[in-house]
Amino acid sequence: MSISVQNISKSYGPVQAVKAVSFEVLEGEIFGLIGPDGAGKTTLFRILASLLLPDAGQARVDGLDVVQDYKALRRRIGYMPGRFSLYQDLSVEENLGFFANVFGAHIRDNYDLIRDIYVQLEPFSDRRAGALSGGMKQKLALCCALIHRPRVLFLDEPGTGVDPVSRKEFWDMLRRLRASGITILVSTAYMDEAALCDRVALIQKGEILAIDTPRGLTAAYRHPLFAVRSDDMYRLIRDLRDLTPDADCYAFGEYAHLVVPGGGSPSAAILQYLEARGHTGVELLPVQATVEDSFIDLMKNGVWTT
Amino acid sequence: MDYVIQTEQLTKRFGTFTAVNAISFAVTRGEVFGFLGANGAGKTTALKMLTGLLTPSSGRATVAGFDVWRQPEAVKRRIGYMSQRFSLYEDLTVRENIRLYGGIYGLKRAAIRVKTADLLERLDIGAYADQLVAGLPLGWRQKLAFSVALLHEPRIVFLDEPTSGVDPLTRRQFWDLIYEAAHAGVTLMITTHYMDEAEYCDRVSIMVDGKIEALDTPRNMKAAFGAEDMDEVFRLLARATATND
Repeated sequence: MSISVQNISKSYGPVQAVKAVSFEVLEGEIFGLIGPDGAGKTTLFRILASLLLPDAGQARVDGLDVVQDYKALRRRIGYMPGRFSLYQDLSVEENLGFFANVFGAHIRDNYDLIRDIYVQLEPFSDRRAGALSGGMKQKLALCCALIHRPRVLFLDEPGTGVDPVSRKEFWDMLRRLRASGITILVSTAYMDEAALCDRVALIQKGEILAIDTPRGLTAAYRHPLFAVRSDDMYRLIRDLRDLTPDADCYAFGEYAHLVVPGGGSPSAAILQYLEARGHTGVELLPVQATVEDSFIDLMKNGVWTT
Repeated sequence: MDYVIQTEQLTKRFGTFTAVNAISFAVTRGEVFGFLGANGAGKTTALKMLTGLLTPSSGRATVAGFDVWRQPEAVKRRIGYMSQRFSLYEDLTVRENIRLYGGIYGLKRAAIRVKTADLLERLDIGAYADQLVAGLPLGWRQKLAFSVALLHEPRIVFLDEPTSGVDPLTRRQFWDLIYEAAHAGVTLMITTHYMDEAEYCDRVSIMVDGKIEALDTPRNMKAAFGAEDMDEVFRLLARATATND
């Protein structure tokens, strides 16, 4: 067990940011905390990084208690906060040197760990960190979080403000780090990034809705689900919401997703209904739920009992 | 065709660097248009020109019927802007935010009064009118921000990562609002780094190194590139220049 969180709670005045949250992360796992802003993700990171004391509950990281053993803990973890927190007016090279120094580490000893990312930064090694693009800042922040060879890496919304090419490279990098045995806890508000994790916890308003593999989450989705489109999507969504009292329809990219909880409406009946309402160019196909569909269902109907 | 944005060879150079390189495209009334590109591809520079904040080096563009070079102030009065990360002032009340933005967009005091009453009623938030925005649930804040961006009845609203960071249900409610506005004839110009947001657009353009390298419906683009999703399309297009600097 690399991270163990048991009934952790934290309030800020009257606001309960984290409510008795428990989960465990295995060694060498990429574990995702998936949820919107305000779900409590950053509070959890700060508690696990020993930067914030929990009100209740216990947490251990790499065998160390986050409250009792905070000094030893800080040498074993790397933390990349959601907000860019390197020194904007130090150069790329100076930032890396500074963080190595703070931990009493030498860049050359641990260079193998960051080489794949740092080679992309080397042409800009004299540039001030503040003048880097979003993708480059993210890569430098990752290098600085890794330079003391931590056992556990905390990444709070690393994808924010980064384009898809850089984001893909970043995730490829995380998989290589996992291969070297580092445990990674990563958060995102984007449901489609869940698929890149080994296991995820869906979190909302300080509570965990479900913990599973991405595939397990979507496989547990219980309702018949269809992807639908027609030439008039605006009217289609409205019409489908009237299909049956419990039918739900929401925009989902170029299609709309139609949930029919009772399962009482076979495709033929739906097609007939849409035809009667004058829709043209209709396409209707049963689809596998995505993590986002599962999240929506969990928000509406509460925790699954599987 | 009723074009709300039309550009011809629109170009911006900074010294020897060409940030936007002769882009030509048109966006129609009521369209949800995704304006995409990698970090540093020239997207922000292009948007600054389209919103009258930056003068083009050459080429031309009209937005809401006005020339961005000769009539930037007229352009500014006919556009709205909303970003998920920042839109409303949290330490002002709901009513104060409406008044502030109404004033910025040049509405007369009487018009602001009428609009405020109308907006509070439509969003059913009259009870919160004198509370700080900071205390509103995120979903409400977002609806309010969007309504405020529409306050002066702009022909086009620029949305920056409009649904980033919100829960999936709130996100869907927001797409309902966007589609509703589009249905009413407002053009929505969406910029985002998240390709699943791009999938919701009627058409998208992808900028690479200052040029628009692709412009089509997400459906046609995916077919043309044999890609499963827009993320893959984006990566295939931008791969050649993946240094992103």
